Amino acid sequence: MTIKTMAEYAASGETPEVLFWVGCAGSFDQRAQKITKAFATILDKAGIRFAILGKEESCTGDPARRAGNEFIFQMMAQNNIQVLNGYGVKKIVTACPHCFNIFKNEYPELGGNYEVLHHTSFLQQLIDEGKIKMTEGGTFKGRRITYHDSCYLGRANNIYEAPRKVLEALDAELVEMKRCRSKGLCCGAGGAQMFKEEEKGITRVNFERGREAVDTGATVIAANCPFCMTMLTDGVKEQGKEDSVQVLDIAEIVAKQLGD
Amino acid sequence: MHLVQQLLFVMVLAAAVYLFARKVREIRRNILLGRDVSLNDNPGERWRNVLLLAFGQKKMFRNPLVAVLHFFVYAGFIIINAEILEIILDGAIGTHRLFASPLGSLYPVLIGCFEILAVLVLSGCAIFLIRRNILKLKRFIGHDLDGWPRSDANYILITEIVLMVLFLTMNTADQVLQSRGSEHYIATGNFWISGLLTPLLNGLSDSSLMALERGCWWLHILGVLAFLNYLPFSKHLHIILAFPNAYYADLRPKGKMENMPAVQKEVQLMLQPELAASEPPAEGIPKFGAKDVQDLTWKNLLDAYSCTECGRCTAACPANITGKKLSPRKIMMDTRDRAEEVGRALNKQGTFQEDGKALLRDYISEEELRACTTCNACVQECPVSINPLHIILQLRRHLVMEESSAPAEWNMMFGNIENNMAPWKFSPDDRDQWVVGS
Repeated sequence: MTIKTMAEYAASGETPEVLFWVGCAGSFDQRAQKITKAFATILDKAGIRFAILGKEESCTGDPARRAGNEFIFQMMAQNNIQVLNGYGVKKIVTACPHCFNIFKNEYPELGGNYEVLHHTSFLQQLIDEGKIKMTEGGTFKGRRITYHDSCYLGRANNIYEAPRKVLEALDAELVEMKRCRSKGLCCGAGGAQMFKEEEKGITRVNFERGREAVDTGATVIAANCPFCMTMLTDGVKEQGKEDSVQVLDIAEIVAKQLGD
Repeated sequence: MHLVQQLLFVMVLAAAVYLFARKVREIRRNILLGRDVSLNDNPGERWRNVLLLAFGQKKMFRNPLVAVLHFFVYAGFIIINAEILEIILDGAIGTHRLFASPLGSLYPVLIGCFEILAVLVLSGCAIFLIRRNILKLKRFIGHDLDGWPRSDANYILITEIVLMVLFLTMNTADQVLQSRGSEHYIATGNFWISGLLTPLLNGLSDSSLMALERGCWWLHILGVLAFLNYLPFSKHLHIILAFPNAYYADLRPKGKMENMPAVQKEVQLMLQPELAASEPPAEGIPKFGAKDVQDLTWKNLLDAYSCTECGRCTAACPANITGKKLSPRKIMMDTRDRAEEVGRALNKQGTFQEDGKALLRDYISEEELRACTTCNACVQECPVSINPLHIILQLRRHLVMEESSAPAEWNMMFGNIENNMAPWKFSPDDRDQWVVGS
C-alpha cells in the first residue's frame, strides 16, 4: 500500500478525501504503530483517498495544556493550524481520542475549523455504508470481548455507541465492565499522567482497570486510544493474564476481520 | 394575650428574614469575588437544565433507589413549605387554620397530602441517617468529612425529622380537639395520617392538648426559621443554589478546556512578529491560572457554595479510588472554606488585605492537583452541575506558568514537545517511519 502525504497530494494538484492524523503515539510508540498500520490498511481497502502529514505533523499540545503549560499548547496549536489551513484541510480522522477532542473542541476558537472524526466513528460509517465487509466466522466469532470507554471519547464527547456498533458487527459476545459508558473508569493516562509517575496510593489506576477488565472473563479487551492501550496492557500483565487476554484497538480487530 | 403572641411572632419572623437576607448578601458578595465570565448564552438550553437537573434531579437517578428517597425528602420539603404560608399568616393575623374555611373540603385533602409527604420525609431522613452512621457507606466515611461536615449532615437530617414530628403531633392534637368540639379548633374534617394517630393523645385533657398543639406550632415555625438561618452556614445550601448552578452549568462538551486569550495573543505575536507593530500595548501583566479564590471564576465559587458534600465525585475519581490524596469533593469544600475566610476578612476590614494564605497549598496541595487524570468522572457524577476539574486545571496552570513548578518528567515532556514536536524524545524526522513496510 502506498501512503501519500498532504505535500504529495498538493504537488500533484489533488485533494484527498480525509487527512489521517496519526498522532505522536501512533507515530512513535511501537505498539501504537500497529494500530496506525491497521487503520491505514482499512482505509486503503475501503478505497478511501486519505493523506497523512508525515514529517509536518506535530503534537497537538494536549498533554502540555492539561499539565498547565498553555504556552507550549498555543505554540503547537497555532503551528498545526497554520499547516492544516495551508493545505485547506476540511476533514480529519484520528485514532487518538485526545487529538480528536482537541481538534473538535479546542482548535476552532484558535482558527482551526475542521470536520473531525474519531476512527471508531469513521469505521462505523464505513461498515454502515458497506465500504468494508467483515468475514463471517472470523477470529473473534463467539469470543468474549469487553470494551473500555476512553474518557476523551466517552464523557468528554459523549461517544459511546459508535465503537460498540463496530464491535457488534463482529459476531462476538460483547460484555460490559461494571463501570462502563459514562461511568467508565479512566485507564490512568489522561491529563498528562502518561508522562509521569503516579502519586503515592494503594494501587495504580491501570491495575484497578486491568483487574476489572479481566474479571469480565473476556479474552479480548477492546480499546480506542493508544494511551489506554499501554495502560491496559500493563494492567492485564499485572493480573498475570497477558497470555490469555489480548488488548487490541478496535481498528486492529476490524483489520483482522476484513474480507478480501 | 393573643396580641402579644402575634407581636412576638412578627418580630421573630422579621428577625429571621433579616438575618437570612444579610447572610445571603454576604455569600453573593463572596461568590462575586471570582473573576467574571459570561454564562448567559442559550437561555433555552439553560432553562432545560434547570428543569431536568435541578427540578427533575436527573443525575440523582443514576442510582434509582437513593434518587427516589431523595426525591421524597425534596418534594416533601418544598411542598410542605406551602403549609408554612398558612402558618405565617395565622401567626401574624392571630387566626387558626386560616385556609380551612375558604378551601372547604379540599383543605383536609391538602393537609392529608402534606402529612403523607411528612411521613415520607421522615422515613427518607431516617434511612439516610442509617446509611451515614450505621451502614457507613464509603463516600460518607471519607476523611474529607471529618469533624464539622459530618455533624452538619446529621444535624440537617435530625432537624428535618424533628420538624416533621412536630408537624404531625400538632395536627394530631388539633384533630383530637376538633373531635371534642373545642372552641377555636374549627372542624376541618379528617386528616389522613394524624387522623389515625388520635388514639395516642385521646387520654390528654383539653388544656394539655391545647398546650401541646400550641407548643408544637411554635417549635415547628421557630425550627423552620432557625433552619433557614442555618442553611447559609451549611452544606444544605444546595437546596437553593442547585437551581442557579444548573442554569449556569457549562453547556460545552466536557472535554473542552477554557482558552487563555492572553497566552494565545502572546504566542501569536511571537509566531507572527509583523503583527506586533499594529498591536496596542498590553495592559499590565496578565495572571496565569489561579492561586486563590479571586482568580477562579464566580461560577467556580458558586459551585463551591452549591456543594452538599455527597461525595459522588470522589467515589468516581480514579485517583481517589486508587488511594491518592486527590478528592474532588475536598477541592470544592476547600474552595468554599477559603472563600468564607476571605469573606470574614472583608466583613472585618471592608477591603481584603493579603493574609499570607491562598487556596493553593494552604488548602489544596500540589500532590492532590498532580494526581488528576482529567477524566471528567467528577463532573459527570455531580447531581448539581459542579465542575471540580475546572478549578484543578486553573491551579495547575498557576503552578506551571507562574511558579515553573512541575514534576521533572513533565518538564522533560514540555521540552520534548517544544524541541521534537512530540512528548517523547524522538526525532521529528522519524515521524513517518511506520510507513516503511506498511
